[in-house]
Amino acid sequence: MKRLFADKKLRNDLILIAALLLIAGVLYLALNLGRQEGGVAVVRVDGVEVERHSLSVNGTFPLNGGSNILVIEDGKAWLSDADCPDLLCVKQGKIHYTGQVITCLPNRLTVTVEGGESDGVDLVVG
Amino acid sequence: MKTKRIALMAMCIALAMILSYVESQIPSPGIPGVKLGLANIVVIFALYKLGWKEAVGISLLRVLLVSLLFGHVASFFYSIAGAALSLAGMILLKRIDKLSCVAVSVLGGVLHNLGQILMAVVLMGRNVVYYLPVLILSGVAAGVAIGAVSALLVHRVDLQA
Repeated sequence: MKRLFADKKLRNDLILIAALLLIAGVLYLALNLGRQEGGVAVVRVDGVEVERHSLSVNGTFPLNGGSNILVIEDGKAWLSDADCPDLLCVKQGKIHYTGQVITCLPNRLTVTVEGGESDGVDLVVG
Repeated sequence: MKTKRIALMAMCIALAMILSYVESQIPSPGIPGVKLGLANIVVIFALYKLGWKEAVGISLLRVLLVSLLFGHVASFFYSIAGAALSLAGMILLKRIDKLSCVAVSVLGGVLHNLGQILMAVVLMGRNVVYYLPVLILSGVAAGVAIGAVSALLVHRVDLQA
């Protein structure tokens, strides 16, 4: 009768799991170390930017023909409602660091916080 | 003998579909892609007990049928990307034969999530890579749980096929 776990395989298993956790940790640090408060919320559908809103101006914006509702308040952005049944995008909460993103898979929509200000006045070239 | 094999595969597909449905009733923790992957129990079982071709067939048919029955259009593309990458990784790791069924399941879980992220990058742009660390973590955790159940099944169930 074979044993359920051979010792040698168990050791290899643990090495694999440790390696994967290490990769996750390194990736997390790499993606989040340089993060800072963002300036704008950029809305993309199918990866193409459709609109952007400054985080310093409060407001409520229907996105994508009203399929998702974007709220900006006190420098934070979140989706308050959506037409999908699971409302995962609403559960993802408020974002304000650069690089943070809210994703709505059914509507192929993302809201990303990015640095800088909106309206293209962050850079004036004489 | 051949008929028995066909019947077994059909049962595996049915079981995988039911497990997918059961899983769809479990509330999601709020991060897209974080899930248990119950149907992977059947795929791993098939991989060890029936063969890799059978596991591929069961997994791909399950994805197709479940997307048609319970999913939306987008869910098919995410599932198929995850399933294909996960299958490839699990088949390779099993062939190497240096790690147990739990590790095969862990790699399968992580690669499933990686496949979904890659598909999301294609469909929605690069920003979604920020989910990757969380999804690797959840893939490992789900993989250990699913792998433990699969190991028991592979060890205890005698098919005599």
